Amino acid sequence: MANDYNNAHAHDYDVQYMERTRNYYRAQGYSADYQWAHNKDTPFQPLNRRLCDSKVAIISTSMPDTKLGREQRAVYSTPIDPIPASAYTAELSWHHSVTHTDDVGSFLPIAALKKLSASGVIGSIASSFFSLPTEYSQRNTLNKDGPDILKRCQSENVDIAILVPL
Amino acid sequence: MGSAMDIIVHCGVPRYLHSDLPLGNPCGVPFDSTMQEQILNQALLLLEEANSANSIVRSVAKWPGAPSWRDDYSKVDESNREALRLKGLQRRDQQETDRAKGITRSAMIRDS
Repeated sequence: MANDYNNAHAHDYDVQYMERTRNYYRAQGYSADYQWAHNKDTPFQPLNRRLCDSKVAIISTSMPDTKLGREQRAVYSTPIDPIPASAYTAELSWHHSVTHTDDVGSFLPIAALKKLSASGVIGSIASSFFSLPTEYSQRNTLNKDGPDILKRCQSENVDIAILVPL
Repeated sequence: MGSAMDIIVHCGVPRYLHSDLPLGNPCGVPFDSTMQEQILNQALLLLEEANSANSIVRSVAKWPGAPSWRDDYSKVDESNREALRLKGLQRRDQQETDRAKGITRSAMIRDS
């Protein structure tokens, strides 16, 4: 299928977050620029089964809004039933001056997925969503946190993981 | 699903649904459940239709506020340069304290 991300002229401009972030770190006296992940070869897996038969999981950079989640940045599983009223996002790099995260539906699509599950568009939803901490260490993400979440997904027979970074 | 096109293009991902919104609301404008459902539907359509890596589509999302939000994120100019320098000093002090306590995963710098 054709990508349409080059059609930026049809939209307002895309914020250059990498450049902004580099300048922001430098202004705080950091000499080493942040290194974003870069896949030389991007993996791709076609869907194994139809959406209506698939189990869907959500992976978020938000942490559970608990004492532990606020204090310890780590991988967590948080039940989606009932839908958590909040998630801990205060330390994340979202646009604090213009928006907020008071509505979990704006960054955790649990309610929307539940509707689609009820109407049969998707098969089911994993019983928890998974928190993946943002990290300076790509090694931690690739070798520790990623495999940890993969195991959690596999233990629930998840077919589709939707990654939703804030 | 996300809102940082340049980072995703740099990283490379199997499929990406881009929402042109301020960072923090990759699933849609807060309390706009209609938009949130539309965006999720688009994400699922992309899941079904994409047949190669780095398939990128823009969602229907539109920020209801002033378009000037784009200019504001992590802005550095004369009005905040000194404050940011001091903030960096404080942060390095905090990181040293954290390390002494055995906390190795420090929170990342965030826009404020």
